[in-house]
Amino acid sequence: MSILEVRSIEKHFGATEVLKDISFTLEEGQALAIIGSSGSGKTTLLRCLNFLETPNGGSISVRGKTLFDAADPATQREAEVRKKRLHFGLVFQSFNLFPQYTALKNVTLASELLAQERPDFKANRKKILSAIEEEGKGLLDQMGLADRAGHYPHQLSGGQQQRVAIARALALRPDILCFDEPTSALDPELTGEVLKVIRSLAERHTTMVIVTHEMAFARDVADQVIFMDSGVIVEQGTPAQVIENPREERTRQFLSRYSGTE
Amino acid sequence: MLMSVTLTLLEGLAATMELFVLTLVFALPLGLVISFGSMSRLTPLRGLTRTVVWIIRGTPLMIQILIIFYAPGLLFKLPLLPRFTAALVSFVINYACYFSEIFRGGIQSVPRGQYEAGQVLGMTKGQIFFKVTLLQVIKRIVPPMSNEFITLVKDTALVRVIAVYELIWMGESFVRSKGLIWPLFYTAVFYLVVNGILTLLFGWFEKKLDYFK
Repeated sequence: MSILEVRSIEKHFGATEVLKDISFTLEEGQALAIIGSSGSGKTTLLRCLNFLETPNGGSISVRGKTLFDAADPATQREAEVRKKRLHFGLVFQSFNLFPQYTALKNVTLASELLAQERPDFKANRKKILSAIEEEGKGLLDQMGLADRAGHYPHQLSGGQQQRVAIARALALRPDILCFDEPTSALDPELTGEVLKVIRSLAERHTTMVIVTHEMAFARDVADQVIFMDSGVIVEQGTPAQVIENPREERTRQFLSRYSGTE
Repeated sequence: MLMSVTLTLLEGLAATMELFVLTLVFALPLGLVISFGSMSRLTPLRGLTRTVVWIIRGTPLMIQILIIFYAPGLLFKLPLLPRFTAALVSFVINYACYFSEIFRGGIQSVPRGQYEAGQVLGMTKGQIFFKVTLLQVIKRIVPPMSNEFITLVKDTALVRVIAVYELIWMGESFVRSKGLIWPLFYTAVFYLVVNGILTLLFGWFEKKLDYFK
């Protein structure tokens, strides 16, 4: 069974159709890269998966359980949406770290708040919180930021901030980790350190959906590639199929614009 | 002479500070509520709130004090409110409206991404407000708030239009009773000292929040 199944997602803002009949599946442990030019709907699709936008049509299932169905209002209640979001993690283009917290606290805050809802929280408060802190330190260590745990976001470089943001998204152990152009806001010399981290996550078989403009990276890391244009999926398949030997003219045109930069 | 004038003026200052502190105690939370109203997605509520804010900010506080004190009696034959209470009510309404605009500016200046980051991390709206955005809002509103606080200290002088005893009133009493004008001028020193202390406090608080950007 696929871990993620997206069926016929539609999204429009007023009269503008942003997503038209988007369907795809993703297997556990695989990385899916979504490529396409600006305005093709990639980011909106990612935002729909994270319930930041409500699709006008279609459904989203994780591990066979329907999380969202446009035809069924019962799947859209606010209180439940909050819990459903936890199936997904999202790393933003602009990091969106919380400026008033240290790197470590950025990673642990959401876990601490969720732990408060546990019935045994009061009794085991100390133990739970120290376990969360240990886990947070472990994640920062994994990102190569062990020595930056006490730094505030403004004291970190863009690449370091984005790695903290990845650790923060991983802290809640999402089923699927989403990246929205994770390196687009970074200086070119800083993209490498972030891509390296994502690559290592792929090697550990983290299930990921990555919206990216880095074609070489998508080709190397992704198991599946989707090319989107004007709100539709033009082509999907393995990197060898979509990036190396595109069948569609639109895909070829898009890729030819990137070939010079590689 | 200076000693006895100073003691009398200190009495006036106590009344001034009472009005100052009580206005803040009620106007700050009320201002926050009004700011939510003016950001509401319900168009009628938003329209109503913004109209009230427009009227209150668009008319002189002195007139508002007079209306609150005299209008209930003149229009509805209601008993007059105690003078201090009427003054306090006018100040709370007036300052809450100014505060609400400062809060609104502060809240709306927090980037959308902060809310969204909280949302995707499974936080509730309350958690996002208190744990993520509130401190960022506070940091942004400290400078405009210090302006309002300082203005409030001096605006308290307006309550003498309904004969509430405060600092200026006490200063003026020497003109009436002894023909002395200098105690009235001397009151300025008291305002200056209070506002000096406020300026230092705000400066300290701003520094405290300097640890993040």
